[in-house]
Amino acid sequence: MDIQFARKTSSKGKGGIMINRIKEKIDEKTYLLIITILMFIVMYGAGMIIFADKGFAKPQMFLNLFVNNAGLIVTAVGMTMVMITGGIDISVGSVIGLTCMMLAYMMEFMNVPAFLAILIVLVFGILFGSVQGFLIAYLKEQPFIVTLAGMFFCRGLTAVISSDMINISNATFLKIAQAKIYFPFLSTVNKKGKVITPFIYPSVVIALIVLVVIYLVLKYTKFGRAIYAVGGNQQSALLMGLNVRSTKMKTYVLNGFLASLGGVLFALNTCAGFVEQGRGFEMEAIASAVIGGTLLTGGVGNVIGSLFGVLIKGTIESFITTQGTLSSWWTRIVISLLLAFFIVLQSIFASIKSKNR
Amino acid sequence: MAGGKDHLPFFSNEFENHFGNLNMSNELLTMRHISKSFPGVVALNNVDFTLRSGEIHALMGENGAGKSTLIKVLTGVEELEEGEIRVSWLDHPLINHSPQEAQLNGISTVYQEVNLCPNLSVAENIFIGREPKKRGMIDWKAMNDNSRKILRSLNLSQVDVTKSLEHYSIAIQQMVAIARAIDIESKILIFDEPTSSLEEQETEKLFQIMNQLKEKGVGIIFITHFLEQVYEVSDRITVLRNGELVGESLTKDLPRVQLVAKMLGKEFNDLAAIKKETKEKVNHTKGVPLIDARNLGHRGTIKPFSLQIYPGEVVGLAGLLGSGRSELARTIYGADKPDSGELFVNTKKVKINAPIDAMKERMGYLPEDRKEEGVISDLSVKENIFIALQARKGMLKPLSNKEQTQLAEKYIKLLNIKVANIDSPIKQLSGGNQQKVILARWLSTQPDFLILDEPTRGIDVGTKTEIQKLVLNLAEEGMAIMFISSEIDEMIRTVSRMIVLRDREKVGELSEEEMTQDHIMAAIAGGERDEEDA
Amino acid sequence: MKKTLKKITGFQLFLPIVALILVLLFNMIKTPDFFKITVLNGTLYGFMIDIINRASELAILAIGMTLVVASSAGTDISVGAVSAVTAAIICYSLGPDQQNYQMPYLVGILLGLLGGVLCGMWNGLLVAKMRIQPMVATLILFTAGRGISQLICAGQIIHVEKESYRILGSFIPKVPLPTPVFVAAALALVTWLVLKKTALGMYIQAIGINRRAGRLIGINSQLIIFMTYAYCGLCSGIAGAIMSSRIAACDANNIGLNIELDAILAVALGGNSLGGGKFSLLGSIIGAITIQALTTSLYAMHVTADQLPIYKAIVVVIIVTLQSAEFRKWISSLQGKRPVKAKVAS
Repeated sequence: MDIQFARKTSSKGKGGIMINRIKEKIDEKTYLLIITILMFIVMYGAGMIIFADKGFAKPQMFLNLFVNNAGLIVTAVGMTMVMITGGIDISVGSVIGLTCMMLAYMMEFMNVPAFLAILIVLVFGILFGSVQGFLIAYLKEQPFIVTLAGMFFCRGLTAVISSDMINISNATFLKIAQAKIYFPFLSTVNKKGKVITPFIYPSVVIALIVLVVIYLVLKYTKFGRAIYAVGGNQQSALLMGLNVRSTKMKTYVLNGFLASLGGVLFALNTCAGFVEQGRGFEMEAIASAVIGGTLLTGGVGNVIGSLFGVLIKGTIESFITTQGTLSSWWTRIVISLLLAFFIVLQSIFASIKSKNR
Repeated sequence: MAGGKDHLPFFSNEFENHFGNLNMSNELLTMRHISKSFPGVVALNNVDFTLRSGEIHALMGENGAGKSTLIKVLTGVEELEEGEIRVSWLDHPLINHSPQEAQLNGISTVYQEVNLCPNLSVAENIFIGREPKKRGMIDWKAMNDNSRKILRSLNLSQVDVTKSLEHYSIAIQQMVAIARAIDIESKILIFDEPTSSLEEQETEKLFQIMNQLKEKGVGIIFITHFLEQVYEVSDRITVLRNGELVGESLTKDLPRVQLVAKMLGKEFNDLAAIKKETKEKVNHTKGVPLIDARNLGHRGTIKPFSLQIYPGEVVGLAGLLGSGRSELARTIYGADKPDSGELFVNTKKVKINAPIDAMKERMGYLPEDRKEEGVISDLSVKENIFIALQARKGMLKPLSNKEQTQLAEKYIKLLNIKVANIDSPIKQLSGGNQQKVILARWLSTQPDFLILDEPTRGIDVGTKTEIQKLVLNLAEEGMAIMFISSEIDEMIRTVSRMIVLRDREKVGELSEEEMTQDHIMAAIAGGERDEEDA
Repeated sequence: MKKTLKKITGFQLFLPIVALILVLLFNMIKTPDFFKITVLNGTLYGFMIDIINRASELAILAIGMTLVVASSAGTDISVGAVSAVTAAIICYSLGPDQQNYQMPYLVGILLGLLGGVLCGMWNGLLVAKMRIQPMVATLILFTAGRGISQLICAGQIIHVEKESYRILGSFIPKVPLPTPVFVAAALALVTWLVLKKTALGMYIQAIGINRRAGRLIGINSQLIIFMTYAYCGLCSGIAGAIMSSRIAACDANNIGLNIELDAILAVALGGNSLGGGKFSLLGSIIGAITIQALTTSLYAMHVTADQLPIYKAIVVVIIVTLQSAEFRKWISSLQGKRPVKAKVAS
């Protein structure tokens, strides 16, 4: 006979037992994920009803969430990893801006072939991540200050390259940027009788591949689990034999790579480089991760949740663009309100937990 | 209930399979001539320690005894300086350079602060760093199944290995730490103050498991302050004092009082009636008590206690390290907010939520750990002295420069503090002088009730006597003082009444006449118990 | 010799003074009449005047930031956004009319400052009471602040046309020095007086150095930390008022943009540890002036405003690295010193 450890039993018979079984299977972290997904479904559903006449219910609208935010998905995934270790990286927005500028400059003024240019910026992302990672993991400097300096460094470097906007006209690059991938089975017919087939761009595919890869890494590799351990209790992780410094370092290197990859996807979207590009992007990445259930204190996070965080942000943005009258900075306000709400919620949960000890 | 005799009615087969054939009653671990020093202090001097397989060996000692250092040297947290460590399963001497290496070599530690990751699942905490893999990816199913197997062998099958560790109580978390140690086939398991945060049934469960492990030939080193527990579960006891080995003995051959005596470095003589110098006997315990604590307690550190302290009295707290002396003082002062009972100051009921409330009632508290809780390193000596008085007066009534200097200089002179310039940072002073500054801080508030926790530790012999005299003078002038010291002689000389604590509980009071060294040690040890056991 | 050297480098204001001297020297070499001050129509002009003028709002922010860092070992990254909020409130309240303000000038300013203080109190509540990490807590206003000021300005850039509005940001008639300099100096003086004449300065340092000890001697660290964040909010408000007056408008997107890094840098350059504890207001002020002088010299080298941040980033990294304990350990191990094991046997 097993000793029952504080098991609450519902009194409602068979249905109650089933609810109990579900309750036991679900961890509180899954709770948060479910809340986020539900929030998205509710919001998007509401949009479909309210703005049905403005095309909100069309499949392309949904696909556009991915098309417009491919870069953000990649960045948010990287940010999730960094935040799980208990750190943060606010340089990613500037890295994106710098990446776009570098690509544009290399292809337009230095005649570098598209693929080589992309390779170069990815290498730069890795190097940049290594420097930040070294300062944070080995010299133990505060991640916030280091990446704040990183943000300013990249921002300034972007302006050094060019203070004017550079449009990308490289043929190969444009071909990739404009290549559409169609979904014939989602075709609809509009009022004029024309068949409209929804599509996505390759950037979406890349973003989703990144999402799946990082998900697998976090769930099924030692490195991924070490990230969680380090974020949960650094001291314990050390005593259990994990190499904390190396884990942190690799996280920032990987994040640097993902930030520059995000920049490439961004460039595919805008086909230009200019100084203010990507400003504030890091906040969107952080907000997506937090809304998706990543704790700012570390140890908890899920890239699936972050994906939905991005989709929620995209939905709010679509709301505002479709509505037409509100200015676009309303998106920022709503997102920061949501962020504030989640931060306060997280800390309330944390204090309840520590009181129950 | 003496140690090591309980068998569990149920015993799983998996448990047996985890261990090979460890030779019983064999010397598992020998540490010989271990010495270790740090700048300015010798932590260990030529210490020997032996652990046999299938035994629970308690390692005991007061402050500065060296038991922590001994374990740190064994597990690689500190570097081995001198001496040799050998284990039965290796041919060559063993040197661990890190706790990770120690684990690989078969030595694991279960800490008081469970060193696991609360956000990871139970299974992961057992397997992290060595997760089972299938086709290059972590095999969660295998990990979960294996964890269930291990926990079953410890009779913990009700624990859901997929739930995160933080769901479970500290007791369960400790079991998981043990499970991890077992799974990596540790042959030596060190328990560092494991029962500090446990309730009684949880402690019993822990002891059951320790006995299970013992039966399998695992060697267990048990570090604890709880006298009762030592007698309940250990087979042997080793006592260290001031970095030296005092002795090793079978638990059943060592009466409690002798153990206490060894730990305090005293001789216990049943027949001797060594009395303290008869002083003028003043009965302080008359009139209205200044401090009246009724069933005051703080969960986890001190069981509810009742105590009266009268003006002009010096009351001592006697007990071994970890018996709850500092904790009792902190509960009265509000450093640990009491969760039971009531406190009366001069017959008026008071609610102490934080130290500032106690200070307003004219109490003062010199903490035991001056470095962590007393010294404000970058502030000047002068500021470190007058800051407590300032805090009591309030932010808006700052002391003038003149007042600050006068106050500081008065107490610097009184305590003979060596300082070149009172405006230089306190961290420039020697350790002993820093301690004196903190003492000066509290003296300068001229409290009605002053708690001194180890006031003479780290201070030169000459000043020790000065401080004892000072305490007596202050009492004569009407101050009530609580005096905590590990040196019994010092307390006998200074206090007029002794409160005795054991295992976080007040167990008795001794009046002036009863205060002989032997009476005190017997009270600490609780000798009657020995007669009860068969 | 070694001892005196140690004493000099250990001196609290060593770093800021040396940094300032270096930058000034550099400027002197590049621009011969760097220190020249001319008088024109009763007003003083010159590079140095320009520097302390433009450094004023930074110095004001640095004062608030210094107290926040000292008491809580955290940084308030919302200062730029909060100054934008204040600017918006002031411009909105006073209105665009050329002849008359919509309400008395002082009321408008006070409303703005109140907004700043409320923002600071929000931060203080999150950090002191709810124990959220300072960086995380101030992140909220960092993102939301500009949005709030956009809201107040209804997405436009509000101009205040009344001429006297500019006085705060430029000159009071017949006074030779720009007004912001006086405001900064007055704030510095008031802050210093409050800290010295009450025990607050000592308390802030005490809890920054050893919070546990502070608690045992009866200091209410929660209240003090709350107050420092509220004060920082006030400073952000004052800075916002000045910045808005300089351009006689509120541009919610650009006012105070990126000034938070400058403020943190000023505090660090001022010789203050970002880990809290002992602090020097004077150091931070000197740090602010140094940064402004650095900006001037970089402009003289034809670095554009957009490119400026690179140099600041490098300086931040250098200072933080020098302050890092790991780095110091590495240096002393290079010098062959045995690392001191600061453990006591027990």
